[in-house]
Amino acid sequence: MSTPTLIADNGRTLGESHPDSPLAVNGLTVSYGEKPVLFSIDFVVPKGAMVAIVGPNGAGKSTLIKAALGIVPRIAGEVTVFGAPYEKARHRIAYVPQRASVDWDFPATVRDVVLMGLYREIGFLRFAGRRHRERALACLERVGMAAFADRQIGQLSGGQQQRVFLARALAQEADLYVMDEPFAGVDAATERAIIAVLKELNGAGKTIVCVHHDLATVPDYFDHVLLVNVRKIADGPVATTFTSHNLQATYGGRLAAAHVEEVAVGREAAGEGR
Amino acid sequence: MGTDFVVLSLVPLAIGILVCVSCALLGNFLVLRRQSLIGDAVSHVVLPGIVGAFIVTGTVAAGAMLLGAGIAAVLAVLLIEIVRRVGRVEPGAAMGVVFTTFFAAGVLLLEQSDTSSVHLDVEHALYGNLESLIWLAGSAGWAALLDPAALAALPPQLPRLALVTFAVVLFLLVFWKELVIGTFDATFAESVGARPGPVSFALIVMVAVAAVAAFDAVGSIIVIAMFICPPASARLMTDRLVPQLAWSVVFAVVSAIAGYVLAGYGPLWLGAAYSVSAAGMIATVAGLILALACLAGPRRFGTRTAARRRRPPPRRASHHQSSISNSLQV
Repeated sequence: MSTPTLIADNGRTLGESHPDSPLAVNGLTVSYGEKPVLFSIDFVVPKGAMVAIVGPNGAGKSTLIKAALGIVPRIAGEVTVFGAPYEKARHRIAYVPQRASVDWDFPATVRDVVLMGLYREIGFLRFAGRRHRERALACLERVGMAAFADRQIGQLSGGQQQRVFLARALAQEADLYVMDEPFAGVDAATERAIIAVLKELNGAGKTIVCVHHDLATVPDYFDHVLLVNVRKIADGPVATTFTSHNLQATYGGRLAAAHVEEVAVGREAAGEGR
Repeated sequence: MGTDFVVLSLVPLAIGILVCVSCALLGNFLVLRRQSLIGDAVSHVVLPGIVGAFIVTGTVAAGAMLLGAGIAAVLAVLLIEIVRRVGRVEPGAAMGVVFTTFFAAGVLLLEQSDTSSVHLDVEHALYGNLESLIWLAGSAGWAALLDPAALAALPPQLPRLALVTFAVVLFLLVFWKELVIGTFDATFAESVGARPGPVSFALIVMVAVAAVAAFDAVGSIIVIAMFICPPASARLMTDRLVPQLAWSVVFAVVSAIAGYVLAGYGPLWLGAAYSVSAAGMIATVAGLILALACLAGPRRFGTRTAARRRRPPPRRASHHQSSISNSLQV
C-alpha cells in the first residue's frame, strides 16, 4: 500500500490554492484499526454549491465529513475551511450529526437543544439570556417547530427531531452547513420543510454539504455530487457526474442496473439544463 | 440530648450529607452518559492507591491519598489498555478484570500493613466509618459551634468534604454548557469546540476526587450507591436537567439523614442491642428511594411513548401518525 501524497498544486499550500472554497480536502485518509475507511480523498467544495456525498453503506461518507471537521482523527491529509485551518474557521461551519447518534431521552427541551447552537456566541462562563432564547425561537420558527419549544425532545417524532437539529444549525449562523443524512427516516412533510430551508440558505449564498442516501432525489436537491466508496469515484456537477456509469462504479454490483438507469442523470435529465 | 447530638451525630450527619450531595451532583452526568459504572470502577481502583499512600507516608493526609489514588487510576487505565490489546478481549471484560484485581490488591495491602494506629482497615474500606467521626470538643452543645477552639478540633474530614462539595459545584457551574453539550451530543460538541474529550476527563477526575474524599465516610463500595441512586431516582421525576439535579440533591440529603438516623436508632426501636452501619443504611435508603421512584415517579406513567399513543396533540395528529409509520418503515 503506497502512502498518500500530500503535495498541493505547484508547491502552494491547500489553502493558497483554494482560498474561497468552504471546504477543501487533500489526501484525506482515515482508518479504524488496520482497515482503511477512507483512502486518499481529494475534494474541493465550490463556494455556494449544494453538494451530496453519495455512496453505499460503509463507504465512509459520515467518516469523511467527521474527519474533515476534525471530529475523528485522520492518519493523513490536509483540510482547509475557507482557505484557513479548520480550527481558525470553526465558527463558519454548522455541523448536523446523524439524528440517531444522540440519545433523545436526554432531559432537555427543544429550545435547550437549539441553544446549544449558540454555544460560541454565549461564551465561556456565561449562560443563555433572553436574547439567546429569542434567537432560538426564531430559528425554530424557520423550521416550523416554534410551537414545540418547551416540549421534551423525546416526545418528538423522528422528523421533528431532525428539524430541531436543523434549527440548532441555523442558530450557528454559519457559512457552510455540513449535514449527515438529514433526510434519513423523516416524514415527507419534514423532508419538504428541510429542503426548503436548505434551498433558502443556498439562495443566500451559503454552502451546503449533505451525506445523502436517497439516490432518486439527488438531481432534484443538489447541484454537485461526490461519489465515494473508500476512495473517491467521481465528483463534479450533478448533470455530468451523477451518471449510471459512475454509480455502477460506486456501488459495484450492489445496485440493480435498472435502478441506476432510473435515478442517474440520463440524456433527458442532462438536457434540463440544471 | 442536645449535647449528645452535637458530639456524636452532628458531624457524621453533616459529612454524610456532603458526601451524598457531592457524589449525587456528579452522578447525574454519569447516569446521563451511561457511564454509571465509572463511579464503581473509580472507587475500586483508588483503594490500593489510598493504602499505598498511607504505607509510604504513614499518614491519612488528603493530599497523599489523592496522589496515591491518582497514580492507581493511571496505572489501571494503562493496564486495561494492555489487557484489551494483548488479551484481545472486549473493553468491558478488561475493565472488570482490572478493577477487581486492583481492589483485591488494595484489600491484601490493607491486611498486610500495620494500620492499627489509624482508621484504615478492611472493614473501613468496605463500609466506611461515619459513626466514628465524632466531635469530642462539641461537649458544650450547640454553643460549641461558636467556639473557635472547639471548631478547630472538628474532624478534618468535615472541612475536606465541604471543600470537595464546593469544588464540585464550582466545576458544574464553570463547565455547565460544555458538560451538557458533550453529554447530549459529543460529535456536535467537538464541532463547536466545546472540547468534549477534556471535559469528560475532568468529570472523571472530579468523580475520583469525590470518591477519595468520601472514602473516610462511606468506604469505597457503598459510595457507588451515592453516585448512582439519587440521580437515577431524580431522572424518573422530571424531563428537565436542572430540576433533575435539584431532585438528586433532595434525594441525597434525605438518604443521608434518614439512613443515619435509621442506622443509629432503628435497631434500638426494633429491640436490637446494637446500631448498624450508617453508610450501609444510607445506601439502602437511597436504593429504596430509587425503588419508589421506579414505581411511582411521574415519568413512570409515560411522558413520551404512551402519551404520544394515547393522546396525540390535536393539531398535528395526522402528521404524527404518518411520521411514526414512516420511521418504522425505514
